[in-house]
Amino acid sequence: MSEAINFHYVVDGDDFTSAGEASVDIKRKLRQLGVDPAIIRRVSIAMYEGEVNMVIHAEGGTVDVNVYEDKIEMILSDEGPGIANVELAMKAGFSTAPDYVRSLGFGAGMGLPNMKSYTDGMEIDTKIGVGTTITMVVNLK
Amino acid sequence: MKIRDIKELLNAEVLCCDEELEKEVNSACGSDMMSDVLAYVKDQAVLLTGLLNPQVIRTAEMMDMVCIVFVRSKKPTKEMVELAKQLDIVVLATNLRMYEACGRLYSKGLGTLKENGEA
Repeated sequence: MSEAINFHYVVDGDDFTSAGEASVDIKRKLRQLGVDPAIIRRVSIAMYEGEVNMVIHAEGGTVDVNVYEDKIEMILSDEGPGIANVELAMKAGFSTAPDYVRSLGFGAGMGLPNMKSYTDGMEIDTKIGVGTTITMVVNLK
Repeated sequence: MKIRDIKELLNAEVLCCDEELEKEVNSACGSDMMSDVLAYVKDQAVLLTGLLNPQVIRTAEMMDMVCIVFVRSKKPTKEMVELAKQLDIVVLATNLRMYEACGRLYSKGLGTLKENGEA
């Protein structure tokens, strides 16, 4: 029972219209697994924000969702520019997204703070010019 | 309020999932910024928006919303409607602007949820 169920996604960074596809899919998968709907909502919103961020800032990346008996872990990795100032990026309303992103309905500077508020744990590992890995956990118990 | 009531109050066209029109909804929000919908919306069942892209549909799905109303005569693409259909989200389109569309629904009792989750 302690073995995790893994779902792996490659997020395409070239095409904004596809941003969010992985999150829609994970929502469906978690429903099939019978996960509590309130938990599913938190996981899928956090992942969706992360997925959109990846497309906006990092030309895509990968997402791994590991479902354990007691928690769901999401690992979002990209090889983008990295986050220059994590503390600032965590501030509600701070955004480095270009203007065209706002015309698409995003870039309000709520992504990272929102990801933190919907999860029970979030770690950001980022290096300028190398990339960013964000690990988020939502507890099941 | 039923989704059918929303359709009638807004003189809206139903673009998909008309079999869901009898579904009850008790709150709504209006925004063109999906970022704000994701950050501030709690249990709103209906999204009114003038933004037109597939992320509107996906955002609604993430928030467990059951109905999207496109205001200002915006018509979603076939692909967007197809996506909504797959996700069982009713899509409506009205000629009204955001302010009036929200106002009509609000005055007929479709409010926002209080902090305690009650309508």
